Amino acid sequence: MGKEANSGKGKKSKGNSNGGFWADFKEIGLTFKEGDWKTRVSYLIMGFGPLLRKQFLRGIAFLAVEVLYIFYMVSFGWGYLKDIGTLGTVARVVNPNGTFSYNDNSFFILLYSILSIIITCAFLLVWRVNIRTNREAEQLLAAGKKLPTVKQDLNSLLDGNFDKTLLALPVTGVFVFTVLPIIFMICIAFTDYDANHQPPTNLFGWVGLENFKNLFAFGSTGFGYTFCIILMWTLIWAFFATFLTYFCGMGVAILINKKGIKFKKLWRTILVMTIAVPQFVSLLYVYKMFANDGLINSYLLKWGWISTRIPFWSNPMLAKIMIIVINLWIGIPYTMLITTGLLMNIPEDLYESARIDGANGFQMFRSITLPYMLFVTGPFLLTQFTGNLNNFNVIYLLTQGGPSSMALTNGGGYTDLLITWLYKLTINDTNYRMAAVLGIMVFVVTAVISMGVYNILPSVKDEEGFQ
Amino acid sequence: MNNKSMKKKRAISNAISYFVLILISIIWLAPFVCLFLQSLRSYTEGGGGMVEYLLPKQFSLDSYVWLFGEESKFTRWYLNTLIIAVCVAILQTIVVLCVSYALSRMRFKGRTFLMRFWLILGMFPGFLTMICLYFLLQQMHLTQAGAIPGLILISVASSGMGYYVTKGYFDTIPKALDEAARIDGASRARVFLTMILPMSKPIIIYGALVAFMAPWCDYVFASYVAFGYSDSYNVAVALQRWVWTNDYQGYFTRFCAGGFLVALPVTILFMCLQKYYVEGVTGGAVKG
Repeated sequence: MGKEANSGKGKKSKGNSNGGFWADFKEIGLTFKEGDWKTRVSYLIMGFGPLLRKQFLRGIAFLAVEVLYIFYMVSFGWGYLKDIGTLGTVARVVNPNGTFSYNDNSFFILLYSILSIIITCAFLLVWRVNIRTNREAEQLLAAGKKLPTVKQDLNSLLDGNFDKTLLALPVTGVFVFTVLPIIFMICIAFTDYDANHQPPTNLFGWVGLENFKNLFAFGSTGFGYTFCIILMWTLIWAFFATFLTYFCGMGVAILINKKGIKFKKLWRTILVMTIAVPQFVSLLYVYKMFANDGLINSYLLKWGWISTRIPFWSNPMLAKIMIIVINLWIGIPYTMLITTGLLMNIPEDLYESARIDGANGFQMFRSITLPYMLFVTGPFLLTQFTGNLNNFNVIYLLTQGGPSSMALTNGGGYTDLLITWLYKLTINDTNYRMAAVLGIMVFVVTAVISMGVYNILPSVKDEEGFQ
Repeated sequence: MNNKSMKKKRAISNAISYFVLILISIIWLAPFVCLFLQSLRSYTEGGGGMVEYLLPKQFSLDSYVWLFGEESKFTRWYLNTLIIAVCVAILQTIVVLCVSYALSRMRFKGRTFLMRFWLILGMFPGFLTMICLYFLLQQMHLTQAGAIPGLILISVASSGMGYYVTKGYFDTIPKALDEAARIDGASRARVFLTMILPMSKPIIIYGALVAFMAPWCDYVFASYVAFGYSDSYNVAVALQRWVWTNDYQGYFTRFCAGGFLVALPVTILFMCLQKYYVEGVTGGAVKG
């Protein structure tokens, strides 16, 4: 992490420090070589230089960071970090009076070790800033200028350094509540943390690539077959969900935009209204409507259109079609909203000249509307696609991934997406190791598709086209 | 002659269009009408379960009365969700505005790195982190009884990553304005608070509206963090349990009534702010 952060920063600072991660190192060495004794002491005691140069605010801040860091590591962090290689050895000890008391907890060892590593990286960054501060102060003094006062320092937090004020909390939040958990779960993919290895009663430990082998194992216990089925369906689903919704939504938008149609606002409002209804209300209700004893089946029976109830949710094929159709119901209003405005942006004279050339409606759509829309909404389609890959709500609220079958192992069902399977593995089976592996696979799929498609998008390649 | 046939053709095509539009409207509204009608069914018919017909034979407010009665915690759940939604809407908007302004207007070391890093982070599925987040919150005593602040915390903490739409909007505000103000001696903070924010009203409303609506649907985290502690449920978790428990038969009309009560205020609010939503969505989509 820290390395990444540094190299990223190095790249950015090419302009002023002449490139790369190594330039940073060089500057650190150079500062030490050229600096006075105050600067050199600052390498060990952070903020020493600024304090002696009467930059009290900076000095105290640096010193406080160092003291806090050492205090954290000594009193808390190191106790966990030292066990990271084994993730604990003794789970429980038997007390003399026969009771148990818990000793090592693999979960917390891993979690707090990662936290300590992140904090250490942050500390190293601060240390780096501390050295730069010293260097800048020396350079300013050498040039005969005055150092910024405490008041100026504070003011700069609202002006030149306003970005730091603005970003401090949000970035910390992301690191603690997103980065830390993600690194933690990536690590879990390399451990045997599952129902049989639950802290605090049991320990879990490192198992290397075993879980990944298991994912691609096509035995009776392996995940391979189920994984392939679910991955295929995930991709098929994302494809249909994205493009069907897109074209139908555009169709509805064109229909409403059509000349001579009145009450345009009314039609739009009716559709838009359905966006507002929380999905769990609408989807759960629709699920019940199509259930075996639901309204649709009952009425079809009553009218004599069918003789047996249609198994909308228990037939795998039917369930898949239902999900895609109901997703249309959810998705069309949204696409309609987005495309409406864009359709109106297409210059009317394009259509005019096409009409003079004798083009019919479909031809105009194919050679004017569609290319334009695809060009403009390329990035939107991409985000929709990746969003659909992870569209938990529609699947889980409708079928919960079912119908399940003996052919699919580990709780997978025929309409499960990778993401709902991950959820079920976590909640029902507490099979965290495989859930973590699946999470990584979802990331890989999303990343490959995003990167691959993003680079061939016409609007990315050729920003000026159509403008 | 030609003109006449053209007119006729247009009339037919318009008629078809109207027919399709009316059909669409029916399909889109039908479930909600059904939901409302079924919520009005009396317990004497089918015991509040699913029945084979739509129109209640006897209209009554039984389900609604039950929801607000002693027996159910519906008001509590409703209040929970409302508190979460309001807090998240306010805090998340503030966080997103701060991040967007910094990324749009300031050029600092590590800016591109930060944006790329967050982009990549966003590709990890959110539920992956669920277990870890649960234990983190547990350490802070923010699960079960403390689930409400816990949920607010995890929503807001990572909301900085959702800056795209707002930053895109800030990018369209000419930088010359900032520079002019700065030449007059205004600090960045002043420019942000007194110039950029007032100009960004539509996007602020859009952001707050989206943030407000999300907690009403939050099932996964809400149920996991509350972990069976029913006082901390939100409406999504609670109503879901009614539908999925085995005695859902009895809870069906209650679910309908509860769903209607949840959907109504959110929908009304949404319709009032529709203009801003449309603006935000279209702006965000085109910029990607």
